[in-house]
Parts: sequence; C-alpha cells; structure tokens
Amino acid sequence: MGNIKYLIVGLIFGVLFVKSEIISWFRIQEMFHFHAFHMYGVLGTAVTVGVISVFILKKLKLTSLEGQPIDYEPKVFNKGQVIGGLIFGVGWAITGACPGPIYAVFGSRFTVFIIVLLSALAGTWVYGFFRDKLPH
Amino acid sequence: MLDIIRQPWSWYMGGILIGLTVPTLLLLGNKKFGISSTFRQICADCFPANVSFFKYNWKQESWNLFFATGIIIGAFIGGTLLTNPNAMRVAPETQQVLQQYGITDFSKMLPTEIFNWSSLLTLKGFIFIVVGGFLVGFGTRYAGGCISGHSITGISHLQLPSLIATICFMIGGFFATFFILPFILSL
Repeated sequence: MGNIKYLIVGLIFGVLFVKSEIISWFRIQEMFHFHAFHMYGVLGTAVTVGVISVFILKKLKLTSLEGQPIDYEPKVFNKGQVIGGLIFGVGWAITGACPGPIYAVFGSRFTVFIIVLLSALAGTWVYGFFRDKLPH
Repeated sequence: MLDIIRQPWSWYMGGILIGLTVPTLLLLGNKKFGISSTFRQICADCFPANVSFFKYNWKQESWNLFFATGIIIGAFIGGTLLTNPNAMRVAPETQQVLQQYGITDFSKMLPTEIFNWSSLLTLKGFIFIVVGGFLVGFGTRYAGGCISGHSITGISHLQLPSLIATICFMIGGFFATFFILPFILSL
C-alpha cells in the first residue's frame, strides 16, 4: 500500500508531461535545431528548482515521512556516462522521447510506443548481458 | 478553471513542477527520481536469464514501477479529459525543415506519418520505433541514468558525472539531428 503514493505522484507527473508538451517529438526537434526556447526553459527551470530544493532539504537536515535521513549516493565517473550518454542522445533525437516520456506517449494513446518501450527493454537487457565486456 | 488546465502549460510551469518532483520523492521516502531504472527492474523481474546485472533486490525499488504506472495513467488523462482542444503550435522553422521530408501533419504531439503501427513494417518506421527505442534503453543503462536520473536528480545533488552525462546526451542528440535524421527521414 505504501507504494500507492508514488503512483499518485507519477499520475500528476504524467499529466504534467502531456500538458507541458515535453513528450512531443516536435518539441525535441525544435530544441535540437535551436528553433524554440520551450525545452531549454523546461529543463533549465527544473534543474534550478531541483538544485535549490535539495540545498534546502540538506540545510534543514529534513528526514522523509518514513523517517529515513535524506541522503544521496554520489555518482562515480566512468566512461559509460560518455559512451552511453552519446548513444542515448542519438536515441533521444530519433524517438523524441527519454524514458519518462516513453511511458507518457504510450499513455496518451500513441499505442505503437509499446514497441518503443519493448525495444528499450531489449536495449537494457543487451547492455546487462554484455556489461562486463564493455569499457567502463 | 478546466479551460486553463486544458491549454498547453508554459515552460516555467512545466519546469517548476518537474523540479519539485525531486524534493517530493525525497520527502515521501528518500526516493531518487530516475525513470530509466524501471527498465532494469522489468528486465530483472521478467527476463533475468542469470545475467548478474539483473540479480539484485529489485523488489525494494518497486516504488519506481508504481511511479511509471502512474505516468501512463496520468498521460492518458492528460491526453483525453484534459487534452488541448487546439492543434500543437510547432515553430515555423522546424515545420519548414520537416516538410522537406514529407512531414505535413503538425497537429498532434508526434508526426503520425512516422509513429504508427503500419509504418513499423517499413525500414523508416523500424528505425524510428525499434532502433530508436533500443538506443534509449541501451544508452541510458550504460550511462547509468537518463534525463531524470542524471540531468535533473544528479545535477540537483551537484554531481559532476551527471553534468558530463547530460552534456553527452545533448552532443548525441545534436549529432543525430544534423547527421542521422536527414538520412533516415529521407528513407
């Protein structure tokens, strides 16, 4: 039952994804062609709000509702962030969707996106299978 | 009120609410906003196939699957009950570029000429839908996160690797837009 609250946050998030049009393939094209400010505005604002709110949470040393301290396991740099990042970037421009929007595009009744989702799962699986052989 | 919600939301409205997801999930249960992890979880649940990368305590992270399910339901509501009554407004310069490749319907969120079930059987549709999806799944896991995990959550926690990953996402996207898309859009 404890997980229902995350379903509700996800639901709000899904509405937001559609309403701010960030699930749109056209908005992604506008962004990469520098034809519109929209996506830069969304991402820039989101990051700014994120940085400020995490700063406040840490400053106030708040705990979560369930009492855990709010912590973060630092990311460690490896080559994957560069190679994988470039590969994801290519996929992002082609599909016009990062993982969150893949779910949202499907939900907004572009049913063929279930195939994008299955392909993304296949990509994840293939990465897992060859992980030890890839440069990191 | 409903009329206001039905209009497309501005970039700052969208940005502020997405940014607030980070503290909301932290406050609810010290959860880290990151959606591509759900792909790993579904793999671990459905096809672990003895791959060590998929042998982990994914059930502990199952909140993320509830979150993803919520996104699907929310997007359904956003695309039906709360849908924008007017056509999308795509930048004229972008329309001009895409028209060269036969994309003429700019009224929906996505070009319906490319993303539909029957185009799946063409080479062009296969690349946009299957190959594109594969690269997203492979690349995000290799990079250890996507826009939500690196660009928003990671940078919010001032992680340099997340900034590097974000720069690479953008470089990959620009490269594909200017050197790969012209080719596959002409197929």
